[in-house]
Amino acid sequence: MRESIGRLLAPWRDGRLGRAAAHVTWSLPIGVVGFCLVVTGLSIAVSLLAVALLGVPVAAWTMSLTHHLANVERRRVEVIDGRAIDDPVPPLRSNRWLGRIREQVSSRPRWREIAYAAALMFPATAAYSLAVGAWAGSLALTALPLAIAAFPGRTAHFWLFDASGATPWGLALVGVVGLVVIAPWLTVAMARGLSAMARGLLGPGASDLTELVARAESTRVAAVDAAEAERRRIERDLHDGAQQRLVALAANLGAAREHLERDPDGARELVVAAHDEAKGALREIRDLVRGIHPVILEDRGLDAALSAVVARCPVPVSLDVRLEKRLPSAVESAAYFVISEALTNVATHAHATAATVTVARSGDHLVVEVRDDGVGGADPARGTGLQGLRDRITGLHGTMHVLSPPGGPTIIGVELPCGS
Amino acid sequence: MRIVIAEDSVLLRVGLTRILVDAGEDVVATVGDADDLLTVVGRHRPDLSVIDVRMPPTHTDDGLRAALRIRAEWPEVGILVLSQYVEERYATELLAAGTAGLGYLLKDRIADVAEFLTAVRRVGAGGTALDPEVVAQLLARSRRRDPLGDLTPREREVLTLMAEGRSNPAIARHLVVSDKAVEKHVGNIFLKLGLAPADDDHRRVLAVLHWLKG
Repeated sequence: MRESIGRLLAPWRDGRLGRAAAHVTWSLPIGVVGFCLVVTGLSIAVSLLAVALLGVPVAAWTMSLTHHLANVERRRVEVIDGRAIDDPVPPLRSNRWLGRIREQVSSRPRWREIAYAAALMFPATAAYSLAVGAWAGSLALTALPLAIAAFPGRTAHFWLFDASGATPWGLALVGVVGLVVIAPWLTVAMARGLSAMARGLLGPGASDLTELVARAESTRVAAVDAAEAERRRIERDLHDGAQQRLVALAANLGAAREHLERDPDGARELVVAAHDEAKGALREIRDLVRGIHPVILEDRGLDAALSAVVARCPVPVSLDVRLEKRLPSAVESAAYFVISEALTNVATHAHATAATVTVARSGDHLVVEVRDDGVGGADPARGTGLQGLRDRITGLHGTMHVLSPPGGPTIIGVELPCGS
Repeated sequence: MRIVIAEDSVLLRVGLTRILVDAGEDVVATVGDADDLLTVVGRHRPDLSVIDVRMPPTHTDDGLRAALRIRAEWPEVGILVLSQYVEERYATELLAAGTAGLGYLLKDRIADVAEFLTAVRRVGAGGTALDPEVVAQLLARSRRRDPLGDLTPREREVLTLMAEGRSNPAIARHLVVSDKAVEKHVGNIFLKLGLAPADDDHRRVLAVLHWLKG
């Protein structure tokens, strides 16, 4: 008995009532703002679209404002359900505004945000009216005997009967039950209804999850492809370089051994050639191993590791690294290989006379730029090197953009998230 | 010259010992890790220790750290650091403790035995031997691009050889020119870079490296 009374009065005791009342009350103005935002934003966008392309940025702007509003709502439901809604909207990846708009327009979660912002006003109004009506009605019933006592001779008219005699006290009892039990529970139910609607429209839907999985899958495939391409490159480099040199070295030494007795001069020449082959093989293996994993990078960081890269580039490079502390090793190594590959391209394709490399931190991103004064025309879609790098950077949720108009200059910019 | 060798690859340790002994040097001890190196250097006080960078116990830069310890505790012991890769940053750390009796070379250089022995003797006698690759990295990192741009290609070559620690006669032999010609180039370089002339080889290396780092 005590227990069931306790359950009936629960909203009063655990603070739920206050939170629910606040949630229902706030939903109304937020719903109005959302409705105005969507209706004005989209109608301006559509009418401008008919005249000029100006409607497109207005639509994009409306969508990003709606996204902010949706994020407020995702956090707001936490007071009702105990946990915020996960944001299913993928971050915009493109660096061009047109690409960003395309991503926005083709994103299903963003359209559901619009629907939510436009629709919230209606259920919010209903919920608010019902809750306020329940509270006000119960209060009026409770106060009925007082009103009748204060104004003798007046009666309260209801649809079906006049309240007089003993009825006011009965109605007052109903009013008390309404105030203590019905109105609180109704308020909580309205708040839950509104938060369920938010969860349904703003949370990750089944199709979004599929989309996310598909994107993760394609990132993984790209990473596997990049690793496979890298293995092939190492195999080819070893086969064409060091291995051939060692064959030549062994052949020269074998021949020298044959000549040793009867032709010492010839043998000496062969040994000299073998010596050169051995040194060449050493050099090639050293370059190859460093290309796979530069020890200095792990040991002393990006700045130190870039010295050797810059020194090996036949084009004079000025290097400016501004980092106060070490970065996650995946980020350091991605930045290192981007710069290596970019400088290799500068040396082999750009016909440049000078290049600059800058590495700096901006907020929680690492920003890398490699710029040369060469002929331009670099196309990341064609060069396997640049494409491989892009895969690697995408795998770390970074972005890469290549600016290389014919005639130059070429600027390769990379941004990598690196924590705070 | 009394030499201690620290190298964890047995093959290379034996090869190095043979080259040095054949050349008439006295290899007093060979060790395979950085801790043992400090012990034997303390015991033997050699003229030179030849040290591999990557060695046990941690296989990272143990040799380098041991070299810096030796510098601090027994500054009279020459140090020749050998490595599979040379890095400007390691060179800078080594050079911070002074250039006298200091060498830092790629392991590949051992293959040119005569050159390698010259470097060994130079460092053992208190001179400097820096790998051309290190000098190239120092040049690439140098912020003083403009004065470097004023140098003729030949003068740049001479500057590089000076930074490696070579004397005028050695530079002349390397470039196959006369001593006089080298002296003239060196004079021009010092003039163009605004350095006070230094006759002594060692002070000259110091001046050039200091200028490059500036």
